[in-house]
Amino acid sequence: MKYLLLKHYRGAPAPVNDVPMDQWTPDEVDAHMQYMRDFAARLEETGEFVDGQALAPEGAFVRYDGEGRPPVTDGPFAETKDLIAGWMVIDVESWDRAVELAGELSAAPGAGGEPIHEWIEVRPFLRASTTVTE
Amino acid sequence: MNESLLRALVPAVIGVLVRRGADFASAEDAVQEALIRALETWRDDPPRDPKAWLVAVSWRKFLDAARAEASRRGRELEAAVQPSPGPVPTTDDTLRLFFLCAHPALPQAAAVALTLRAVGGLTTRQIAEAYLVPEATMAQRISRAKRRIAGLSLDQPGDLGTVMRVLYLIFNEGYGGDVDLATEAIRLTRQLVALIDEPEAAGLLALMLLHHARRASRTGPGGRLVPLAAQDRGLWDTRLIAEGVEILQAALTRDRLGEYQAQAAIAALHADARCAAETDWVQIVEWYDELLRLTGSPVVRLNRAVAVGEADGPQAGLAALAEVSPDLPRYAAVAAYLHERAGNLELAAERYAEAARAATSVPERDHLTREAARVRHLLRR
Repeated sequence: MKYLLLKHYRGAPAPVNDVPMDQWTPDEVDAHMQYMRDFAARLEETGEFVDGQALAPEGAFVRYDGEGRPPVTDGPFAETKDLIAGWMVIDVESWDRAVELAGELSAAPGAGGEPIHEWIEVRPFLRASTTVTE
Repeated sequence: MNESLLRALVPAVIGVLVRRGADFASAEDAVQEALIRALETWRDDPPRDPKAWLVAVSWRKFLDAARAEASRRGRELEAAVQPSPGPVPTTDDTLRLFFLCAHPALPQAAAVALTLRAVGGLTTRQIAEAYLVPEATMAQRISRAKRRIAGLSLDQPGDLGTVMRVLYLIFNEGYGGDVDLATEAIRLTRQLVALIDEPEAAGLLALMLLHHARRASRTGPGGRLVPLAAQDRGLWDTRLIAEGVEILQAALTRDRLGEYQAQAAIAALHADARCAAETDWVQIVEWYDELLRLTGSPVVRLNRAVAVGEADGPQAGLAALAEVSPDLPRYAAVAAYLHERAGNLELAAERYAEAARAATSVPERDHLTREAARVRHLLRR
């Protein structure tokens, strides 16, 4: 079963260890990045990693504005908008395993070397085809 | 036979098929199929004459496809394959393929893919892996590109500027999957330089070699980015540097300066310094002035501000930066660097954090975040 683990720049409940990254020490920044790399590498080894991408914070809303007209763009985003920072797609046995892994991701170290306790959004993928049941 | 020798045969084999009367698109498809077959079978059973094998298998694949197409349309095969009546081409097939694949009519990503396949001899799968897209997507990109250039003759003169831009794009992609695109770009640029008498092509090759020579020192543990000043110069490849400098010097004596030669000259000055402090920044600024005159590029103006900051001090650098548009991607990073050197740590930390938010790659973002943290840390001490 595939799950999406979503990290947020903003929009998720505040984490326990809520200090902006540029206020950590350089070693703490390195330790965090190493943890993230190790996490992805471990999931590749267990055969559970599918994809991971990071997103820039900038962007815009875009919508169709009628025939012959260019699309309307609305940006930069308002301060209140939920903002996704990146995702990881995992393919695991169960919801429980997805939750376990999200918990590990959330334990990534932050300021003072302590876990950030960041809230990770976990979402099951809808499958592309149905199982034959008759 | 190693894979790069096999790849090097691909453009010549396409040329043979085209001269026998195949159209470029079909010839290229047939050679790609033969190439995949070669990769599967040659390890256990290498042919005595690899090129003859590739020509024979490609031609058979082409005839099979042409026959299938002819019977689908209810025509005779003879109508599908006619020897081209034109004069025997004199220019090298590979050069003409360079011009056709990196055609100005093609979108850049398509020109890159087609060049890597038809001139570089890579498989669609390898190209797809290198650019992190599904193989089917890459296959479509390539066939759309071929349809776009279908009516063009291989004999028309091409646009060297586009060819060089495509090669430089490939070089800068680095590596993903099992193919090292930087090495591949250097191989292709070497071919181009051998085929064409043009100082800028030599300048491009020199630039690639000089950049490539520093590759091992450019990343630290865990893939972290190491800026030029902090690089371990003992890791630089002196053989590549010597070759790059030699090629550049020969090109410069031709007295037809262009942007690649000027960029290579800057890279050569960096390579020449035994430590960062020995860098000849005054000469580097002069080369940036040349480069600015040649290109008028805002990015050059931005990089020039860094060089001015090193040559004449951070205040002069900030003054040079004032002439640059703040909209440029790396503007905040340059501002942060110059402000830190000028002693404005608070401002530098803010600018580094801003630069991290504007970064366009993960390693760059991580590096700038670390820089922001470093300067903040200095402030707190």
